[in-house]
Amino acid sequence: MSEESTMPEESNPIRDAIAEAIGEHDTILFMKGTPDAPACGFSARTVAMLQSLQAPFAAVDILPDPRIRQELSAISGWPTIPQLFYKGELVGGCDIVTEMYESGELAETLGLPEPEDAPAEPIPSEAQPAGLTQIENRLG
Amino acid sequence: MPTAEEIKQRIETAIPGARADVEDYTGGGDHFRATVVSPTFAGCSRIEQHKLVYGVFGNEIGGPIHALSLKTLSQE
Repeated sequence: MSEESTMPEESNPIRDAIAEAIGEHDTILFMKGTPDAPACGFSARTVAMLQSLQAPFAAVDILPDPRIRQELSAISGWPTIPQLFYKGELVGGCDIVTEMYESGELAETLGLPEPEDAPAEPIPSEAQPAGLTQIENRLG
Repeated sequence: MPTAEEIKQRIETAIPGARADVEDYTGGGDHFRATVVSPTFAGCSRIEQHKLVYGVFGNEIGGPIHALSLKTLSQE
């Protein structure tokens, strides 16, 4: 923590933790609530679409700290929740994910087999990055 | 609190050639659904198209405008 005294304004552990989480998970959803207990209809719909494609994804609940949403939107340039990322890129919010789901583009973008053929693959359990302790980061 | 008509006018004023259909789908003045058609969107990804529309409202999204559900098209 020796850097603390030099440039305190530059230190942004929440933004760093979010960027790290986006970098570490191929598919990551920032949402209100959790996949098991979504706290908003748009988040619930997005989770349901990912689950119906049997997409493995990490999920971060943005509600516990308002700074998570603030920093996430600063990173992505996207003002609303949920936000789905794949391989570090913003795929979209609920509207775009819905359009892509309906056209079949979502499975393709997420590198998934066609829904009918999708095997029930086990969801990998990965170690949580240390910086993520303030963010609930559950593998759905 | 904005009305659907105000949201429509602001989108149409800010985005060249845009025509917007806006619905206040809860009637509460804070959840809106908009379909926006503008030739400006041609060649833009969906992300960029939606960002253009969100950009009209800045910090109002997530504030007074709790939700703005979008569908964007470059032509009818």
